[in-house]
Amino acid sequence: MLKNLFGKHKKDALYFNMTKDETYEADVEMNPDDVLEKEDSIDKSATKKKEDKTDSETPEMMTCSKCNKEVSVSDMKKNLYVCPECGYHHPISAQRRIRGLVDQGTFRKLKCNIPFVNPLDYPDYEDKITKLKNKTNLDEGVLSGIGEIEGRKAVIAVMGSEFLMGSMGIAVGEKITNAFEMADRFKLPLIIFTASGGARMQEGILSLMQMAKTSAAAERFNEHGGLYIACLTNPTTGGVSASFATLGDITLAEPGALIGFAGPRVIEQTIGQKLPEGFQRAEYLETHGYVDRIVSRNDMRTVLGQILRLHDKRRK
Amino acid sequence: MIRDIDEQITAIENEIDKIAENGDELKKLKELKNNRKELLSQCENLTAHDKVYLARHRKRPKVDDYIDALFDDLFIQKGDYLGKEDKSIYGGIALFHGTPVTVFGHRKGRNLNENMEFNFGMPEPEGYRKALRMMKQAEKFGRPIITFIDTPGAYPGIEAEEHGQASAIAKNLAEMSALKVPVIAIVTGEGSSGGALAIGVANKVYMLENAVYSVLSPEGFASILWKDSKRSAEACDLMKLTAQDLKKFNVIDGIIKEPLGGAHHDPEFVYKEIDNMLVEELYKYKKMTGNELAKERYEKFRFIDAQIIADAESRG
Ligand SMILES: [Zn+2]
Repeated sequence: MLKNLFGKHKKDALYFNMTKDETYEADVEMNPDDVLEKEDSIDKSATKKKEDKTDSETPEMMTCSKCNKEVSVSDMKKNLYVCPECGYHHPISAQRRIRGLVDQGTFRKLKCNIPFVNPLDYPDYEDKITKLKNKTNLDEGVLSGIGEIEGRKAVIAVMGSEFLMGSMGIAVGEKITNAFEMADRFKLPLIIFTASGGARMQEGILSLMQMAKTSAAAERFNEHGGLYIACLTNPTTGGVSASFATLGDITLAEPGALIGFAGPRVIEQTIGQKLPEGFQRAEYLETHGYVDRIVSRNDMRTVLGQILRLHDKRRK
Repeated sequence: MIRDIDEQITAIENEIDKIAENGDELKKLKELKNNRKELLSQCENLTAHDKVYLARHRKRPKVDDYIDALFDDLFIQKGDYLGKEDKSIYGGIALFHGTPVTVFGHRKGRNLNENMEFNFGMPEPEGYRKALRMMKQAEKFGRPIITFIDTPGAYPGIEAEEHGQASAIAKNLAEMSALKVPVIAIVTGEGSSGGALAIGVANKVYMLENAVYSVLSPEGFASILWKDSKRSAEACDLMKLTAQDLKKFNVIDGIIKEPLGGAHHDPEFVYKEIDNMLVEELYKYKKMTGNELAKERYEKFRFIDAQIIADAESRG
């Protein structure tokens, strides 16, 4: 029965996924065009929105929420929202992150549009999601596709903290799983940028099940010899940290990112004491042995390029 | 509200015990038993909030009760072999109708002292690593795995985070999905969050009739979504966390009957139900190869929400 359901998705090309049998027949020919959107939608939406206000006389200014210094907006953008004054990594949208990461014009989105689901019949949930979709220009909390970094192809999935704090419900879980399956299918490395407050409460137990689903997909990709690079960004907590985020072959983290299972407030309430300075920050995780390297957003492309290069000869 | 009824029943039972000791007073005894029966009959239509109360009931059978009742010749295993013994996970190797199995679960206490000792059934990473050690060993020796889930969640503490709570849970989810022996999980009390799921990636997941299983405790849910943990009763209804809800979602495979008023009123009844279920399931799984078992489990979680997605899609 399940197989039929997924067969239907495939035919309609709304939503592509492996059928139960296909996951076991890796030699079935598949054309990337079947699973990718036609256009480089990222670059296009970028040019559409920007361009109009770049040549005004006085540069638009903003205040860095960390150091309180005045910084020009264009400098901030050029620097991928890393404050040029203090180096603080401000939130960046999934689209901007991908634009700053991939070789220009190489990114194509994976076809994986999950219909809206509301298993708890949570009040006003659909409204909320619809508004977010319009506001963020994302289908859901993950933007995934195939692109090139320094000339090397990879499946790239970026979680958007701008989409309900990157919380993982059915759609996010499905898109992450799809990214693992597509990387497996096309024998490509997989890079995931995590940013999530954890499970999507509004989807109840089914959001919990996404932890098992994505972790199982990660394990299968691992068994098949795939390279998975996890890039942990602020914040990566709860159900996402306790599933695919911490299953990478290589784990990178952005400076200052909050990474942990339990939220700091919950821990403070439980133990009744203040947490040490820097607790659960990327640097802290590096000292405790959970992160290979802390990489500033501006160096991410170079470092990922290096890691991909070092894996060039895999699977010969 | 079940709490009042349950407390009245307990009072009557205490009185019955006293009278039995003193002898005589047959008429009084009969009267008390009738009252008890009357009260129990009021326990038929329980709310989700009632079930949360029963699921957490101090007298509810605990993992050691289940293991004592259902298995023989238990050899208790301790430690993660990496530096710590976490007493919130209890179990080892035992015989089930003559067949060696690995059996363990979250351990809650019967009183405050025990609960302090077992950390209220909230594992730290070492507990999950111990569980994984037992499971990998079960796989090595071809033993079926049976887990009992009953936890308020993984422990939110400084050390737990430092020792990798997130990655310990993630690793269990990933590795469990690929185990080549049958895994049966039974949610006997409260199954909360990743801390429950971390020993719950099973071929078959059963729940006791009054057990609950959710992405987070109702108190946590209320405090995250409404910033008010006192609205937990309301959260219970909304969350769809009962065995009956989860069966509809296809998240669990079956419901194990409890006596009226909850498992603690007649534990033997529950043991018998579980015994029957395990005999039946393990007999079926005997015929499957390791790869078939892993494949079945993988697909169970990979497609756990397939029906929900398909339904949403057909609604358009
Ligand atoms: Zn700054």
